[in-house]
Amino acid sequence: MKYYGLVDGTEGSLLNFLKGLPGVDQVGAEARAAMLGTRSIKTSSKKAAIDLAISMVDLTTLEGADTPGKVRALASKAVRPDPSDPTVPSVGAICVYNDMVAIARKHLDLVGGAHVPVAAVATAFPSGRASMAVKIQDTTDAMNAGAGEIDMVIDRGAFLSGRYIEVFDEIVQIRALCGDKAHLKVILETGELVTYDNVRKASFLAMLAGADFIKTSTGKVAPAATAPVVLVMLEAVRDFYQLTNHRIGVKPAGGIRNTKDAIKQLVLVNETAGPEWLTPSLFRIGASALLNDLLMQRMKMRDGYYASPTYVTID
Amino acid sequence: MTPKDAFVEYAPALESRSIVTISPEYGHFINGEFTKGANHFPSINPSNEEVLSHIALGNAQDIDIAVDAARIAFESTWSKMSGKERGKYLYRIARILQERAREFAVLESLDNGKPIRESRDVDVPLAAAHFFYHAGWADKLDYAGMGNSPRPHGVAGQIIPWNFPILMLAWKIAPALAAGNTVVLKPAESTSLTALLFAQVCQQADLPAGVVNIITGDGSTGAALVDHPGIDKIAFTGSTEVGKAIARAIAPTQKKATLELGGKAANIVFEDAAIDEAVEGIVNGIFFNQGHVCCAGSRLLLQEDIADEVLAKLKVRMAKIRVGDPLDKNTDLGAINSSEQLQKIRDLSTSGDEEGAERWSPECALPNTGFWFPPTIFTGVTQAHRIAREEIFGPVLSVLTFRTPQEAIEKANNTPYGLSAGIWSEKGSRILWTAGRLQAGVIWANTFNKFDPASPFGGYKESGWGREGGRHGLTAYLKEAESNNE
Repeated sequence: MKYYGLVDGTEGSLLNFLKGLPGVDQVGAEARAAMLGTRSIKTSSKKAAIDLAISMVDLTTLEGADTPGKVRALASKAVRPDPSDPTVPSVGAICVYNDMVAIARKHLDLVGGAHVPVAAVATAFPSGRASMAVKIQDTTDAMNAGAGEIDMVIDRGAFLSGRYIEVFDEIVQIRALCGDKAHLKVILETGELVTYDNVRKASFLAMLAGADFIKTSTGKVAPAATAPVVLVMLEAVRDFYQLTNHRIGVKPAGGIRNTKDAIKQLVLVNETAGPEWLTPSLFRIGASALLNDLLMQRMKMRDGYYASPTYVTID
Repeated sequence: MTPKDAFVEYAPALESRSIVTISPEYGHFINGEFTKGANHFPSINPSNEEVLSHIALGNAQDIDIAVDAARIAFESTWSKMSGKERGKYLYRIARILQERAREFAVLESLDNGKPIRESRDVDVPLAAAHFFYHAGWADKLDYAGMGNSPRPHGVAGQIIPWNFPILMLAWKIAPALAAGNTVVLKPAESTSLTALLFAQVCQQADLPAGVVNIITGDGSTGAALVDHPGIDKIAFTGSTEVGKAIARAIAPTQKKATLELGGKAANIVFEDAAIDEAVEGIVNGIFFNQGHVCCAGSRLLLQEDIADEVLAKLKVRMAKIRVGDPLDKNTDLGAINSSEQLQKIRDLSTSGDEEGAERWSPECALPNTGFWFPPTIFTGVTQAHRIAREEIFGPVLSVLTFRTPQEAIEKANNTPYGLSAGIWSEKGSRILWTAGRLQAGVIWANTFNKFDPASPFGGYKESGWGREGGRHGLTAYLKEAESNNE
């Protein structure tokens, strides 16, 4: 059923739906996220969490200085994060700008990483300030180059000025382009939406419009994936599942740099959306530096001591 | 087992108990020294019934010696000391509590059964905060609008409950000492160990002998303390039944009293509440400290049009509550403090079943030894049910519904108690309207069970007399101040 039968695509029905969402109490949401941050994950659970987190990393490079060489290095690392230990899983995906997608795809296939998808940021990432024609072209380019996942940004200006239907229509159009060839991740850029009420509204808006994933941030704006923001988004996908029987994924991105932070994210998932979401098909972590910290902690758990950083590869 | 399953189980994360040293036997703490004590009784760990130590049973003679010591300390030292000097001792105690926080937290969880997360993050830091706060008052009593040079009462007899042993001790001792009183304190029969560790802190802080005396024992020891003619002021936290007995006992005397008694708080959720946070607040309100909280939100009043939605979310949330070893850092709900209390919770819950309410608990494995009760809710409860009227003092929530704000107020106030209440609404005007009509000493809006030493705490009706904490609590320990407040 179109839009899960919850809205009919008109502005009126969308506004009604979004207005009917309960508010988020800031103090309470932050307190809950902080409490979950005190969970103590040790020994066998920590080991399992590290491998799970590695498999969920969207290994990312989104710099003006990105080159084919840099992207090939990233792709090799994505497939075999620790060349000395074949039991380390591949990451969830690699995430690049759309002109790097073809290079990334080709290299991944070359090094035995056919199972690792390439995610392309699209729709005038990171600001989203371009015409719809440009956004469509941007997405089409990425898909043609072999992107299996599209990380689109929403038009935050439209959202903040109450033109929800414009944001909705943009997502619907990009969703149609993706078809069944690419997963659609919708970046809300929560650091610019600021309030948790907005985060909840934007989450539902994106899900109604057809997102496969809702993603916190571009990584270009701080604050990014704070624990309370991720909590509110996880509540949204949990509630959306109750309404529709569809599980939408969540991708925090930006600011998750070490193992401790990553494990806190997994605890949030486990105790908010539930363990069903603890799979790379429903939870990803957008990061670059995180992977090496996970690898170092993994070595520490395996060998009993901290190795020098020279034992993990740079990308 | 996949990595996911191995992670979801959360391997045990036990706080080490090696930091605490428990003697096999304790006496009383009188005049700065530990006595031998007599008629020792066992003190057990409620999570596994292990005997932790043996505690002396105080009698009238022990009380007599302790009150004498407190009187001498009051006359000769403490009341003569400047507020600034008294404050120094209180600051010192506060700092030692912080330095030895982990020790206190572990001992509290062993002795009481509460999760280490609570003793570590709530009880012990708040206890230290009460000493810091009142230390600041000690040298400012003359300038705080409490009359012309307010004077202490003398010797305070203080009786504290088992639900927050070290925190209730701090609530009692810190203001008493700041105001210049000396104290004889009786901890609860089942939870004396942190009070005895606090006695060591008094020694470590070089507190003058006799300013703080601790007599352990049971109800008879408490009664002897209340009846002692040398006591000027009684401060009690515990059941309404015992509170009434104390009020009767001191009626013909000059003794002053503050009483913090039972409660049956209404936690009112309006249709416009932030539902997810309200669910957190409901859980925190009734399952915090196993529901062993006088101000627990034990009656949930849901507006009827959102009742199903809230209950569905509450059940999902309750299924995430981790019940088990209090020393595991991931435990949310620990052990019931004693077999007597467990029996009381069971009896009242059975009455709920018999009176036609519907009981629900999430699936959870309870340990085989020790005293345990699962997180439980009763739906379909009416005002006429015992579980809507009597204090259960356990992890049991009674759920009622209402149609209009007026009805919520009527139901919330339809109880002999009046200690606390909670309001959940995103509408400020509704919160203020409701708060103005609730008969409760403490009202939380969009939160629950928040405590701060600067905030007065106490009840209406049969929930008690007087206030503890803040400037109001301090006045209970001062003579001039009290008459000025009348």
